[in-house]
Amino acid sequence: MRGVTVLAWLRANLFSSWPNALLTVATLWLLWRALPPFVDWAFLDAIWVAPDSKACRAAAGEGACWAFVAEKHRFILFGTYPYEEHWRPAAACAILVALWVASGLRRLWSWWLAPMWAAGLAAVGVLMWGGVLGLPFVENQRWGGLILTLLLTTFGLAIAFPVAILLALGRRSGMPVIQGLCVGFIELVRGVPLISLLFMASVMLPLFLPERVTIDKLLRAQIAMILFAAAYLAEVVRGGLQAIPRGQYEAADALGLSYWKKTLLVVLPQALRISIPPLVNTFIGFFKDTSLVLIIGLFDLLSTIKVSLTEPAWTGFGVEAYLFAALVYLVFCLAMSRYSQNLERELARAEAGRRT
Amino acid sequence: MRRRSGSAGVGGGAASRVRLSTGDPRLRALAYQAAALAAVIFVGWYLISNTLANLEARRIASGLGFLGREAGFAIGETSLVPYSAADTYLRAIVVGLANTFRVALIGIVAATVLGTLVGLARLSRNWLVAKLAAGYVEFVRNVPLLVQLFFWYAVITENLPVPREAVEPLPGVFLVNRGIFFPVPAWSAVHGWMLAAFAGGVFAAVAYAWWARRRQARTGRRPPVLAGAAALLLLPPAIVWLAGGAPARLSVPELAGFNFAGGAHLSPEFAALAAGLIVYTASFIAEIVRAGVLSVHHGQFEAASALGLRRGLALRLVVLPQALRAIVPPITSQYLNLTKNSSLAVAIGYPDLVSIANTTINQTGQAIEGIAIIMAVYLTISLAISALMNWYNARIALTER
Repeated sequence: MRGVTVLAWLRANLFSSWPNALLTVATLWLLWRALPPFVDWAFLDAIWVAPDSKACRAAAGEGACWAFVAEKHRFILFGTYPYEEHWRPAAACAILVALWVASGLRRLWSWWLAPMWAAGLAAVGVLMWGGVLGLPFVENQRWGGLILTLLLTTFGLAIAFPVAILLALGRRSGMPVIQGLCVGFIELVRGVPLISLLFMASVMLPLFLPERVTIDKLLRAQIAMILFAAAYLAEVVRGGLQAIPRGQYEAADALGLSYWKKTLLVVLPQALRISIPPLVNTFIGFFKDTSLVLIIGLFDLLSTIKVSLTEPAWTGFGVEAYLFAALVYLVFCLAMSRYSQNLERELARAEAGRRT
Repeated sequence: MRRRSGSAGVGGGAASRVRLSTGDPRLRALAYQAAALAAVIFVGWYLISNTLANLEARRIASGLGFLGREAGFAIGETSLVPYSAADTYLRAIVVGLANTFRVALIGIVAATVLGTLVGLARLSRNWLVAKLAAGYVEFVRNVPLLVQLFFWYAVITENLPVPREAVEPLPGVFLVNRGIFFPVPAWSAVHGWMLAAFAGGVFAAVAYAWWARRRQARTGRRPPVLAGAAALLLLPPAIVWLAGGAPARLSVPELAGFNFAGGAHLSPEFAALAAGLIVYTASFIAEIVRAGVLSVHHGQFEAASALGLRRGLALRLVVLPQALRAIVPPITSQYLNLTKNSSLAVAIGYPDLVSIANTTINQTGQAIEGIAIIMAVYLTISLAISALMNWYNARIALTER
């Protein structure tokens, strides 16, 4: 019986008509041409561990040199952070990932997420800077690698999100001056490339501040990222606000709620709930965009990979290096995107359940 | 106790009088706005005064005067605007702008084609093709564009062979570590006339379509629009080409010394940037196309065929206009994204606007002016496209009764 169902499946999905069958055969032929050489290169003939690049150079063109990643993984993940202290950024990464995962679980959605985040971020700060509890102090110029990418993302989103809500509320406030300022800011930031904001932060911010005040490169980049994220998130939140039926606003008014009570108790809880899936998509975009800080000279994950390639022994293995970078980003982004799709389905089901 | 009485401005008359109390919503709105404006003006004034003091301390003269000075740096790609290091900064920036437009235009056209193909492939009833397309979209969308640009650049500069051992995937097309070489028709005066004939054909086709629509409205009969327009577009250049003696000489790249000569050449920077932008943007366009096609209800197609429309006509007159209504707005924002993303060129050394403005800033120290130029250009493009979009949306929007 089983053989029959497999045949039936093949027939329905791959050979339902002559053109379809031709398409299948052509695709299979292409796969046959492309896949085996790739598997040979990436796995079978690849050099996985090697003390130096000699073995890799010998295998150039035949097999991938994953030994590059194996040899450089500490620098790629932790940048120039002191070698003996690498457990600290590793622990900080784990805490940040745990915070994100915990905030994603619907069972844990309650008020105590806020103190949890505060405690988690404080712990990350203590771990990274040190200077207390017997941890040696590490200045933030030496932070780098994966933790920098995660920090830029986390702090960027955590600070940009409340700002974005205020911007979205301002854009819909009906007060012409406030509306104008919010629209002006949002459209200005969304109309220019992120690079120009980063350049602005790296060369213009020092000019904006009084002479003796200097702020470091990391903070400047973080400010630019926050402004950028706030403008994009504000538009997502606005979409959520617009989707709330007018009756909700009117009912809140009829109860005599003040503007802030109406907003905090009636409008925002519903609007944010609707906007979670698009918000997560914006988060994914933002996570990918943190890679741009490389251009103004910060050592994020992509940047440490690029720097590793400049060492004379390991030049020329760019394809392997960037495939590895792609894999790391892919893991984080796919996790977020799968989560967003599941949540969207769940929320849609809950909504349908409420209607009936 | 502070309590506002009803909402203001409901009936006019007594309700619209502003009372001097903190409970009046309109008075408070005025106060909020005045406070917000004052805060913005104060912050702006503070930043500007600091900036002026800093500029004075560093002896940097502000203003756009530097644009007239000699740039003194060479640019790798000047195929659209002639340029030499002795030209001014202004001209260098124009070259950068032209390079941005060059990669953006090519990227938009190619990404649309590739994205549409992938989007339709994902809808295919062929399981293999649909899964492959889905895998492409999932993979490419979730990897930062910058990683992809570095990847393509590494593929071209590190993994392609030197010119002597060039890879030749199609006759005359050579892939080497110095970029891509391919044959083009050798330029002759006839080609200029063909362009002119084609431009005339465009006008004639538009006029013909207008006439055909009027005629259909008058008589109910539909002249063959597509065939007529195609003939008007293609025939004039073909006739000019034949009349000009049918020049068919190709300029084919040939190995000369250590590099190729002749033909057309795409630099590794341009090829990597274009490949990255096309592959990345196409994955987003594929999703938009898929959603657009799915948004048209199946009954629409059946209703069209029930009315006796042939399959092609039903697609063109009934299904496509409805799908486009869902496709065009998000796809335009993808075009804008592609144009903005082309600024990542600076990371792999393609001389686009941002890259050249960055060099200018580094050489002259005119950071504010340089960044202002970048932002002004991109803002102009964005605002122009969104204005066009609003006009288009208003035109195709459903007229609700």
